[in-house]
Amino acid sequence: MSGGPFDGKAVITGAGKSQVGRRLMRGGLDLTLEASLRAIADAGLTPDDIDGVASYPGPGAPQRGFSGADVHEVRNALGLRTSWYMSGIETAGQIGPVIEACMAVTLGFANHVLVFRSVWESTAQADGGRASVLFDGGKLPPHMAWTAPFGALSPANWLALPAQRYMHDHGLTREHLGTVALTARRHAALNPDAVFRDPLSMEDYLGARMISEPFGLYDCDVPCDGATAVIVSRRDAAAGLPRHPLTVESAGTGMFERATWDQRIDLTTMAAHDAAATLWDRTTLTSADVDVAQLYDGFTFLTVQWLDALGFAAHGEVGALLEDGALLALDGDLPLNTSGGQLSGGRLHGMGLLHEACVQLWGEGQERQVGGAVGSRPDVAVVAVGGGPVAGAMLLSHG
Amino acid sequence: MAQTYTRPDFRLTPTPEGDDVVFWTGGEDDRLMIHRCRSCEQYFHPPAPACFRCRSRDVASEPVSGRGRVATFTVNRQPWLPTLPPPYVIVLVELEEQPDVRIFSQLVDVDPAEVRIGDEVEVFFEHWAPEGGTEVWLPLFRPVPPSVDAATVSGEDA
Repeated sequence: MSGGPFDGKAVITGAGKSQVGRRLMRGGLDLTLEASLRAIADAGLTPDDIDGVASYPGPGAPQRGFSGADVHEVRNALGLRTSWYMSGIETAGQIGPVIEACMAVTLGFANHVLVFRSVWESTAQADGGRASVLFDGGKLPPHMAWTAPFGALSPANWLALPAQRYMHDHGLTREHLGTVALTARRHAALNPDAVFRDPLSMEDYLGARMISEPFGLYDCDVPCDGATAVIVSRRDAAAGLPRHPLTVESAGTGMFERATWDQRIDLTTMAAHDAAATLWDRTTLTSADVDVAQLYDGFTFLTVQWLDALGFAAHGEVGALLEDGALLALDGDLPLNTSGGQLSGGRLHGMGLLHEACVQLWGEGQERQVGGAVGSRPDVAVVAVGGGPVAGAMLLSHG
Repeated sequence: MAQTYTRPDFRLTPTPEGDDVVFWTGGEDDRLMIHRCRSCEQYFHPPAPACFRCRSRDVASEPVSGRGRVATFTVNRQPWLPTLPPPYVIVLVELEEQPDVRIFSQLVDVDPAEVRIGDEVEVFFEHWAPEGGTEVWLPLFRPVPPSVDAATVSGEDA
């Protein structure tokens, strides 16, 4: 449909993923180029057609493995003649550059923008674990100066704090969080590319070792190596391309409070709530129109936050959605994280969720296709990524 | 079971600059120093050269009581550093003076299983002078000891 912030002009015409796995021992740029070339070919384009490039986070990644390639590395390697490009981390989460690309094509700055995100955290942490990548040179990075002195070295610690408060204030339980993890694992079992596919029971979930209460092992996503890319095109430049273009109906980019992990006025909300508010402000669609949801699950509680923020339940009442997994199953009213999310599919850091939204809208989910059993596919997908002061959301349609 | 506080052999310590220095060094005088706006009189944290509420530039650190409540907490059970064996309690403390100002810290001298949101806590400081690093006083929190009256009452109940 037309309307929305991009007036129907911004469309997704292709998507690609590299090999995804644990400790692949492949270089970040290698993975990035694999995903990029696959996305370009998927759109029916060649590198000569690509005149824009965008990526998160760009140079200066906070730790080793967090970024596989910069925009210029990809431009240089593929000899791209770009009329527009950007990268950044101060943007609407890991999909912020996709939203920037939508603006660029809408305004005529480019016809076909390659947007990529790549990580190689599994290989980077293979030798010494997470702590080994944080302190290159032995110095505390600035973003951890307020937390690491107190033994809080991981986002698991930072996000356990609001999770615990949400549980206290709103009656959310560990079983509710477990429903998010179990749903992801059930869907991963149907996705040959997922990292963890073995069955996971609620007993397994509750019995796993604790990381930072209320988070146990299965509340945390799995570091992996892999790259994801999509092609954002202007609709009139996409005529004749092989795929049905997916319309970007809206984008949520709001952040109304300071960018902190711990000073938000209501500790049981996050920047997600501001991004979601702007997403809905910019479209006539509502949460009731959503057929499939790909909601960030770096930790189970972040999916709870997005369900809350996007209005799938009244604030604080997400637990009711998670009483059992039926609602979130492929044949439920709100199929969730259909590729296994990051919890079981692998931590592709937001862009994997966008890739899966495209797969579902194109009806190519095979065994995990929403509506596949009855020969249909979803029309509207929401993608929302980030946690704490990181948040961005997109609404896509097949229309 | 309550874990008696013992100072660890090593902590990762910050290298504060600019507005942050006062917060990390106030402990030298046993004072928790929090930025406050002299125009709207609201506290805020972390420090910054302007009040994010009223945008006044007339801001400076002031000592606060060092008392507060547990806004939320997590019992960390993952070993991140050899010198900080789990379990330990990571806490957000809301200040007595202004509860929407929260201090990220560690809660010690406490049974992790007994910590509750709303518990009263008070600050104390750990001094660190890392070789080649910056001297800092880390604000840690511990439970406010029950007053004599409260202890008596609870003793009678038992």
